Amino acid sequence: MNVVQTDIGMSAAIAISGVKKHFPGVYALKGITLSIDRGEFFGLLGPNGAGKSTLINIIAGLTRCDSGSVSVLGHDVVRGYRRARRCLGIVPQELVFDPFFSVREVLRIQSGYFGLGRANDTWIDELMDTLGLSDKVDANMRSLSGGMKRRVLIAQALVHKPEVVVLDEPTAGVDVALRKSLWTFIRRLHQEGHTIVLTTHYLEEAEALCDRIAILNHGSIIALDNTQGLLSRGIGNKVHISITVTEPIPTLPATLMTNLLSTDGTRLEFRLDKSVDSIGELLRELGRAGVVIIDLHTEEPDLEDVFLELTRERAL
Amino acid sequence: MNVWGFYTLFYKELLRFSKVAFQTLMAPVVTALLYLLVFVHVLEGRIEVFDGVSYAAFLIPGLIMMSVIQNAFANSSSSLIQSKVTGNIVFILLAPLSIYEFLLAFVLAAVLRGVVVGAGVFLVGVVLVPLPVHSPVLMLAFVLLGSAVLGALGVVAGVTAEKFDQLGAFQNFVIMPLSFLSGVFYSIHSLPDFWQKLSRFNPFFYMIDGFRYSFFGTSDVDPVFSLAIVGFFFFVVAGASLLMLRSGYKLRY
Repeated sequence: MNVVQTDIGMSAAIAISGVKKHFPGVYALKGITLSIDRGEFFGLLGPNGAGKSTLINIIAGLTRCDSGSVSVLGHDVVRGYRRARRCLGIVPQELVFDPFFSVREVLRIQSGYFGLGRANDTWIDELMDTLGLSDKVDANMRSLSGGMKRRVLIAQALVHKPEVVVLDEPTAGVDVALRKSLWTFIRRLHQEGHTIVLTTHYLEEAEALCDRIAILNHGSIIALDNTQGLLSRGIGNKVHISITVTEPIPTLPATLMTNLLSTDGTRLEFRLDKSVDSIGELLRELGRAGVVIIDLHTEEPDLEDVFLELTRERAL
Repeated sequence: MNVWGFYTLFYKELLRFSKVAFQTLMAPVVTALLYLLVFVHVLEGRIEVFDGVSYAAFLIPGLIMMSVIQNAFANSSSSLIQSKVTGNIVFILLAPLSIYEFLLAFVLAAVLRGVVVGAGVFLVGVVLVPLPVHSPVLMLAFVLLGSAVLGALGVVAGVTAEKFDQLGAFQNFVIMPLSFLSGVFYSIHSLPDFWQKLSRFNPFFYMIDGFRYSFFGTSDVDPVFSLAIVGFFFFVVAGASLLMLRSGYKLRY
């Protein structure tokens, strides 16, 4: 499905401005302002309770914000809800389904809600084929496995060919094979011109798929950058070094103690800040202390390190 | 207006109750038939409410309307509470449907189920007891308007309730007593003065009394007045439904 972008001058797929939401006893969102460009693959990360689903529900019109505004392709999600919803496909986090209907009925009904009649059946067939649902078209929703139900949810979100697709933890609880096939499918949607917004707990997923990432914590955006930028920010200068030596070392030079993370017999763990520390200097210091190195392993930070560091900093 | 979207929601509601037709269409007809057999067996020959009208004939219109009322309410309310509890209400809430399309689809589906059940009870009734039809127009008007009131009330109850238990309470403590105490089995003129006056505050009484007029040309109150009262209740209940839907009450948090 190649997306036909109608409003060429409009760059924001989703524009969120000063959105606040308060539930009894908790401020779920504390004034979120964010713009997601058309054609972008955007990741929304955060620990449980960070406000990700609340934000997505507000974009979808399922929750109303206390103040601020959200628009999808320039259409306000409250005042211009019809147009906004036509532009938007939402894959909900929970495996919700209507037990009365078969897969084909569910998709036809969802298509009908968007004003699309039988002329859309070709697209429905294509979707079922692409998502591997062709042999389940007449199966009742109750009889499907969790993975199949997840595919139907994705098909339902795409049935009206929306330009912007929001996936709220689409790979939560699915097996590795299905996760990989969903990745491939989502990548294909993005290549075809869809704007993709993805929330996920799998940081590896966000790192592999997203162009840009926002990290939410306690209802606020604590980081917003492209994926590489996020990886190289502050924490991104850190490098983790594991060194295996021939025999346990009774005492290390005092200059190395500040970078030492742990020692375990013949294994030493160091963390260096590349902006001030040098791996070469570390190795020379170890050499001067008479240490014989038999193995060395360095590890660049991944998104998980960034995520943990940022959410931990805010919690302190 | 999203005409096709509205039609799809209406069609989905029809499909939903037709898939469980034994429960939604057949069972109410059988229940009404049992009421008819039991009450007629006990009371036939002992009571003549209207001159020249047997008790069985008097009872059938009341049973028809009671079935219409209860099933119209059950249709919209049970559909909404099921969708809310299972979470699939999101598929409707994500769609570009207005609150008017939403309400109209649920109410029309409720009306249709009410009409089908009512027609079933009518057909079973006329097989057992010959029934005159004084005014088919008024008959249709009371069935359509009465089931529309209950369809809209079902939307209010379905939106308000958060679990099946709450809806069951509404059904058993509001709908059931009001429909049983509305003159289905008796004329309010046979009641003591206090209960007669109290019955006039029961909107279901006007539905049943007016509907019965459409068969026999005789009623406790003027059928045009009854129709006006039922129409008034429709606007009140539909207005309340629309206000709830507009505010997003218990749907869009």
